[in-house]
Amino acid sequence: MNIKTFDSTDPLIIAGKSYGSRLLTGTGKYKDLDETRRATQAAGAEIVTAAIRRVNLGQDPNAPSLLDALPPNEFTLLPNTAGCYNAVDAVRTCKLARELLDGHKLVKLEVLGDERTLFPDVVETLKAAEQLVADGFDVMVYTSDDPILARKLEEIGCVAVMPLAAPIGSGLGIQNRYNLLEIIENAKVPIIVDAGVGTASDAAIAMELGCDGVLMNTAIAGAKDPVLMAHAMKLAIEAGRAAFRAGRIPRKRFASASSPIDGTIG
Amino acid sequence: MARATSIDRSRPGQPPGRCRYNGRMQITLNGHPHDCGQSATVTQLLHQAGYAGRRVAVEINHEIVPRSLHDGHELREGDRVEIVHAIGGG
Repeated sequence: MNIKTFDSTDPLIIAGKSYGSRLLTGTGKYKDLDETRRATQAAGAEIVTAAIRRVNLGQDPNAPSLLDALPPNEFTLLPNTAGCYNAVDAVRTCKLARELLDGHKLVKLEVLGDERTLFPDVVETLKAAEQLVADGFDVMVYTSDDPILARKLEEIGCVAVMPLAAPIGSGLGIQNRYNLLEIIENAKVPIIVDAGVGTASDAAIAMELGCDGVLMNTAIAGAKDPVLMAHAMKLAIEAGRAAFRAGRIPRKRFASASSPIDGTIG
Repeated sequence: MARATSIDRSRPGQPPGRCRYNGRMQITLNGHPHDCGQSATVTQLLHQAGYAGRRVAVEINHEIVPRSLHDGHELREGDRVEIVHAIGGG
């Protein structure tokens, strides 16, 4: 029997669009654009994040750009508001991204609280989310693992809620599985773990919990072999999703024999 | 040669689009003083900067200037212009 884990009966649907891959990847921290592209392909990612930054005046404007390596007609670009510490800057950045990408509405909103933790400033995040949704953006929002806040962001109209599993870039893995479970069970929009994954088993755990996807960057780009880690993450996401759909056995305190008791010799 | 330091930007009553010093117009481009010459449209500025035809977005004084308006949009003295593009990020 040929079982496809990424089949058409189990797509990830965000803002009405179906995706085969539940692994979303960042494009930062790679050695060069060639490595970015190879890792993105190994991950099988369809949605890739990008940062919006000032052009470097004085540098060669014809140098290859991210959008040459990952063309918008092949990948769904997810421009982020990384580096924004208030709602005003985040909204401005999203508007620039929309102009840059010819009216593209899908954005990743992240408003950070401080540089030490990179935890989200949830007050500013809520403000920005309201403005962006009102302005017609499809907002995927990075947030803390607070179930109440996740619900409020969904109520505002965000198309996906993306709680952290641990601090950005920390690689600490899933530190908050019960909070994530609570968020997942109460959500009607996709819940995507964004930040904290360190290795493949972390991604699998997130998916086994019932997350709809995982967004990661450092865990892949910071690995010794990013392309191989991207492949590992793809497998982990597929395995975790399949295990979630299959339904795991309950945890029990005592043993349960796998072989029949009847017919033993002696 | 026009120098940013020699310009009094606070001088009131100056009509927009006119040159204030030695026939040169000064703007702030991506956070740095920039000399636009006699006058310039957004398209001309992008050309000067080497970004003509490249995929960039332009904001002037916190307002997006859509690509379709670049040809006709005249820069004004003191404009704060941002030219951005997409780069790798998480």
